[in-house]
Amino acid sequence: MTDHMMTPRTAPVDPRDRGGPAQPMLIVDGMKKYFPIRAGVFNRKVAEVKAVDDVSFYVVKGETLGIVGESGCGKSTLARLLMHLIEKDAGELILDGDLVGGSTGVLLDGLRRALQMVFQDSSSSLNPRLPIEQSVAYGPKVQGASGKSAKAQARSLMEKVGLNPNLFGQRYPHELSGGQKQRVNIARALALAPRLLILDEAVSALDKSVEAQVLNLLGDIKKQLNLTYIFISHDLHVVRYISDRVMVMYLGQLVEIGPADQIYEAPKHPYTQALLACRLSMDPEARVDAAPLAGDPPSPVSPPSGCRFHTRCAFVEDVCKAKTPKLGDVLKLSADKHLAACHMVHPDSGHSRAPAHATAA
Amino acid sequence: MTDAVADSSLRPPASRPASAVRVRSYWGSVWHRLRYDYVTLFCLVLIIAIVLTAVFAPLISPMDPYKSSMAHRLRPIGYHNYLLGTDEQGRDILSRMLYGGRVSLTMGILPVALATIIGGLFGVVAGYFGGKVNMLIMRTMDVFFAFPSVLLAVAISGSLGGGITNQLLTLTVVLIPPLCRVAETATSQVRTMDFVDAARSTGASTLSILFTHVLINVMSPVLVYASTLVSVSIILASGLSFLGLGVSPPTADWGLMLSTLRQSIYVQPIVSAIPGVAILITSIAFNLLSDGLRQAMDVRA
Repeated sequence: MTDHMMTPRTAPVDPRDRGGPAQPMLIVDGMKKYFPIRAGVFNRKVAEVKAVDDVSFYVVKGETLGIVGESGCGKSTLARLLMHLIEKDAGELILDGDLVGGSTGVLLDGLRRALQMVFQDSSSSLNPRLPIEQSVAYGPKVQGASGKSAKAQARSLMEKVGLNPNLFGQRYPHELSGGQKQRVNIARALALAPRLLILDEAVSALDKSVEAQVLNLLGDIKKQLNLTYIFISHDLHVVRYISDRVMVMYLGQLVEIGPADQIYEAPKHPYTQALLACRLSMDPEARVDAAPLAGDPPSPVSPPSGCRFHTRCAFVEDVCKAKTPKLGDVLKLSADKHLAACHMVHPDSGHSRAPAHATAA
Repeated sequence: MTDAVADSSLRPPASRPASAVRVRSYWGSVWHRLRYDYVTLFCLVLIIAIVLTAVFAPLISPMDPYKSSMAHRLRPIGYHNYLLGTDEQGRDILSRMLYGGRVSLTMGILPVALATIIGGLFGVVAGYFGGKVNMLIMRTMDVFFAFPSVLLAVAISGSLGGGITNQLLTLTVVLIPPLCRVAETATSQVRTMDFVDAARSTGASTLSILFTHVLINVMSPVLVYASTLVSVSIILASGLSFLGLGVSPPTADWGLMLSTLRQSIYVQPIVSAIPGVAILITSIAFNLLSDGLRQAMDVRA
């Protein structure tokens, strides 16, 4: 894994660091999850939902990787796969140089401590019958901390996320506002001192002013605790604000990945271009009249042949229906490369808009 | 002077330490809501009173419940020392009612408690693990559901024979399936909540998740449902005794008393109705209590 040419980052060396600063925090290789659809008297498998289909990427230490895409494109399934909350069908997870779950790799317990997740629904992710201090202290207790030290840890974490433990510690989730609940969820996720935090639509349910507060809190905590984020959202503005790199998913696959500025300034994939065109503008003159993307994405049960986006693409040609465009070897290339799985980007793909061979970058 | 008043009202209560913010546990908040629900409170007091009279029956009953007197058969209410009259063998109805409450209440509460533990356990296991385990447990319960509960009780108790222990067993078996189903439904709802996933991602064991996160959320619907079953159980037990499948004749029991006094309904209609009234009042009280508990235990109320 030393052939990764990382952009040098000036993150302070973490004592928990095992693979060195150049080793990615997390490498995801060929992750697949197909959900079976069962029907009939004998519960036979009649079809599969290809929720996550061969996704590979890596997360550099100290960065924020944004994941965007429409509803149902497999963002949340991917998050749950990374957390081992659902079993993967295929693929490997390499955490700071150690294979997770393998015979020689780190155990699941190690992963659990290093990887934590903040869920989207702030109310259903807190036990309604537990005072929030106990919810936060639960993780350390499970990992063997004494009741007293777990409680002290929970209180200091609550302070860290801006909740007075004396005022809020004994309250129940239904006595808190949405923003406060999400702060508790962040505190709970931090309780095991993770190195990588997966934020699955963590701010999407909050109103704008609270969303800004929580985003700032996330930024502060990241600096303080030397964290790495995977930030999943459908809000493109927020993703641009918080992310160093962005990856775009469509129907369970990765279609574009690259540094946030490049993706937002010069999107290569027509899907990304359409997504960005859907953003609301601050300028009332520049309002979007026609939806750049019509209709729902096709069914992930039987995805279209060739390029999965060809049914909704404005530049569709015969080659798109016949051949699946390749993204390129994400795991071998450096993090500042901007890649897109589209025939129009690859020279000699047969698409009329593809660049000529000589000018290919 | 007005200045002083305004001043004092503006000043925050500085003497109050920050940690003195009210700390109310879950059960504390349930009680807080229950305190103002007078119907439920009345039912609670009534049930406690009925239980106390049953427990202290030997101390408060005016006569021996088994001493018959051929001279005073089927006397009306208020006859001499017989406050509630006498039955067909001249035994004091009041004393027999007090003693009979012991059997009837035991038959109401004990089978429900046992069935809550057993049925609840199966239901939580079925709901949490799902899949084949769920199928095995819930389809077995469906076999019991296929029969009406009274028929099932009659069938089981008919094959086991009479007696208090067998009646207890019968009622427990009959009450397990509905409690199991309620526990299963509640558990499978809780199971899909994100906080269970969050707990799993800390590396907690299944047992720890069940005890810390699942049981506490499943408990209130199950307890509320169990309290409605107390009246069902009392009525079922009375029915079994009435049919001669429960406790055997000399024992005082509300259902059995109703059964034997039935023949005297044209001679002493009011006296014959007393055991039935007791069953009615007790089961209504339990039903209203469970209704109030359901409201008070709803955490978002």
